[in-house]
Amino acid sequence: MAAPFSWIKPEPHGIYIEPADCWVDPSRAVDRALVTHGHADHARGGHGQTVATPATLAIMDLRYNTREGATAVGYGETIRLKGGVDATYIPAGHVLGSAQILLEHAGERVIVTGDYKRRADPTCPPFEVTACDIFITEATFGLPVFCHPPIEEEMTKLLDRLAAHPDRCVLVGAYALGKAQRVIAELRAAGHNQPIYLHGAMEKMCRLYEEHGVDMGELRLVMDYSKEDIRGHIVVCPPSALNDRWSRRLPDPITAMASGWMRVRQRARQRNVELPLVISDHADWGELTRTIKEVDAQENWITHGREDALLRWCQLHQRRARALALVGYEDEDD
Amino acid sequence: MEEFAALIDALVYTRSRNEKLRLIAEYLRLTPDPDRGWALAALSDGLDFPAVKSSTIRNLLMDRVDPVLWTLSRDFVGDTAETASLLWPAPDTPPAPPSVSEAVELLTVMNRKSVVAELSKLLDRLDSSGRYALLKLATGGMRIGVSSRLAKTAFAQAFEVAVDDVEEYWHGLAPPYAELFAWAAEGDAPPDIENLPTFRPFMLAHPLEETVVDLADYAAEWKWDGIRVQLVRAGGETRLFSRSGDDISATFPEFLDILPVNAVVDGELLVRGNTQGGEAGGAASFNALQQRLGRKTVSNKMLKDYPAFIRLYDVLLLEGEDMRPRPWSERRGQLEALASRLPDSHFDISSVVEATDFEHLSQIREGSRDDAIEGLMLKRRDSPYIAGRRVGYWYKWKRDPLLVDCVLMYAQRGSGKRSSFFSDYTFGCWDGDPDLGADLLPVGKAYSGFTDADLKKLDRHVRSNTVNRFGPVRETDKSLVFEVAFDSVHESKRHKSGLAMRFPRIHRIRWDKPPHEADRIETLRTLIAG
Ligand SMILES: [Zn+2]
Ligand SMILES: [Zn+2]
Repeated sequence: MAAPFSWIKPEPHGIYIEPADCWVDPSRAVDRALVTHGHADHARGGHGQTVATPATLAIMDLRYNTREGATAVGYGETIRLKGGVDATYIPAGHVLGSAQILLEHAGERVIVTGDYKRRADPTCPPFEVTACDIFITEATFGLPVFCHPPIEEEMTKLLDRLAAHPDRCVLVGAYALGKAQRVIAELRAAGHNQPIYLHGAMEKMCRLYEEHGVDMGELRLVMDYSKEDIRGHIVVCPPSALNDRWSRRLPDPITAMASGWMRVRQRARQRNVELPLVISDHADWGELTRTIKEVDAQENWITHGREDALLRWCQLHQRRARALALVGYEDEDD
Repeated sequence: MEEFAALIDALVYTRSRNEKLRLIAEYLRLTPDPDRGWALAALSDGLDFPAVKSSTIRNLLMDRVDPVLWTLSRDFVGDTAETASLLWPAPDTPPAPPSVSEAVELLTVMNRKSVVAELSKLLDRLDSSGRYALLKLATGGMRIGVSSRLAKTAFAQAFEVAVDDVEEYWHGLAPPYAELFAWAAEGDAPPDIENLPTFRPFMLAHPLEETVVDLADYAAEWKWDGIRVQLVRAGGETRLFSRSGDDISATFPEFLDILPVNAVVDGELLVRGNTQGGEAGGAASFNALQQRLGRKTVSNKMLKDYPAFIRLYDVLLLEGEDMRPRPWSERRGQLEALASRLPDSHFDISSVVEATDFEHLSQIREGSRDDAIEGLMLKRRDSPYIAGRRVGYWYKWKRDPLLVDCVLMYAQRGSGKRSSFFSDYTFGCWDGDPDLGADLLPVGKAYSGFTDADLKKLDRHVRSNTVNRFGPVRETDKSLVFEVAFDSVHESKRHKSGLAMRFPRIHRIRWDKPPHEADRIETLRTLIAG
């Protein structure tokens, strides 16, 4: 009989499931990969076989142009891998298609969360707390200073600023996959029914979201309209375009950015942001610690972010934990 | 406090200078006295509450938050006040927030014993933005991209008065500046400062760069390597001010009873010696002056070992007359006349460098290397004495910097905008032949001279080449070479190498250069001034 949990191995390039010869979110191309969601630091191209939710596969197809060797697993569905390992995909509430992956082998249960949040998001089903023995959690905002305010407050901030400057526009930098669509959907929920203008790089992903049933109202491409048309409207672009030449075609833009990092003033200043919107698709400190409590696993493995602080919290609360040194995860502009 | 906190937040996120001016001006117009006066003080010179220090805030938080979590948070955020404002556990039903004046009153009466309880009560009354504004105000130095000058300009704009007048009265007044607001906002008589020994703003120079000037229009003087000071006698009192307007009279008591007439003079504070300008120059290196700086009291031995004197540059006021509108050439005449009445032991006059033409002057400047002189000053002969840096009147023409190749040894997180980057670098030179096993010894520290793009690359280099961590400091694997520019190098006990650079900055990052090709201590030693 093998030692407990010896079948699951955190390696520098991902979580390796030995009996199945398969990786979770590997940071380099492998033969068999289970992918939690479509963000580039989790979903890479070039794997022999990719197992993910249908929406994640659609996103990967859009980004890497590959459908070969794709296996779709819906939420709540289980797939049997080699070596007697079962993988079940459970909503993670992070972005469209995002899943936690529950791995079961020899009566032992391990969950890899990928990225997740606990707040409501009109673009994806909410995170489901699921019992397990080992909980492998992300820690992007794993510091007690991170507390994302209710998104309604941030929407009010955005719409108030827009209303105060009818001769300008508000340019919102938002991560092209997930954040942008969530911000648009939340603006609609807040009653904003004006057309929203998009940077060209945003278009395909927004269309993909629409195809998956997320209603985003009227979207227009900046390139099809004049400065005058855009005056008094909201424009959404990738964060990298915020201070780029491209924004010169806009009518005196007020630079906003939707990201959990905006909680820290100096971070906002580093990006030359005038209107910081604290909106994240990752769990904040309160959500991370609450989730660890609710899942109540025997052991917590912490990765993807500020592991030190969450590890310390686990110590203080008598929960077993270790930090994994996985490479390749980035602080998404999130 | 809510309006002040909103102003601070808006200023933090505003890039445009005009917009900052507008925001401050609007606040000053709409806010009653004395709140606006305290706010103006906080934004300009900063307020000082001796009981409230950064360490007070840290200790306060350590009682409420796990120390490890506090330290990790503080390291990430890069600012104690902001970290505390984010981590403070707010009560469920906070009491009403204080006004700025109430907060100032409460902060003023806090002492070492009461500060923990009293500051906690105050923080409980504020939301996160309010806590940030309060802690910034309480610890002085807002560091939100608003200079003292900008705040005064906003004041001038708010009430449509001249900013030069504001500068002129400023140093004779104290927060919350009731007389200043009465004058500007209510139209009362201007504050009377004639009989007060107050600081007058300095005239500053622009770098010359590629400009060529005609010596018929400009006079040249050496740029001495001391500290710029202003000596003021008025109302029976004499005071010495540093360039920033700080009163340093107590550190240099030898000047407090020496001006025979009421006057305001501008000059360079130096220590007697023969490093700068050789025997004729009569000044020691900056290092010697440094022995005297920052002391609260001065022993007789100090006075004897490091005798200070002022090398006069200009005269602003003389026996009740404002000389500043007059041309430099006329002021120079007055200054020479005044200098002849002053004791040689404590004063001399910065002599005019004679040159036939600009080309000749350029040669003289090149030759000044050994003299530990910073370079030349060029002053337009007809220029009035105007506060601040006005284009076209005064230029500084610094010597070209010295360059050596050093190896990055340690890195530390920066502050403010750079708080999440390793942006402060300590570098060293080889103490012998590196191929024979010589060590690197630190010779200096720099945090400037590179672009934001460089900074990101450097930060990545530090993170991925760390060999040791000492709190906020990372020791690197010593694989990266910097070409370091500096103005001069001196003997110093500050570094193990026994050397210290003046104004070191990173000139180029030599990603290409192998570290063993960096310079040796002995090379640096040959560049010691004097
Ligand atoms: Zn993600
Ligand atoms: Zn991620």
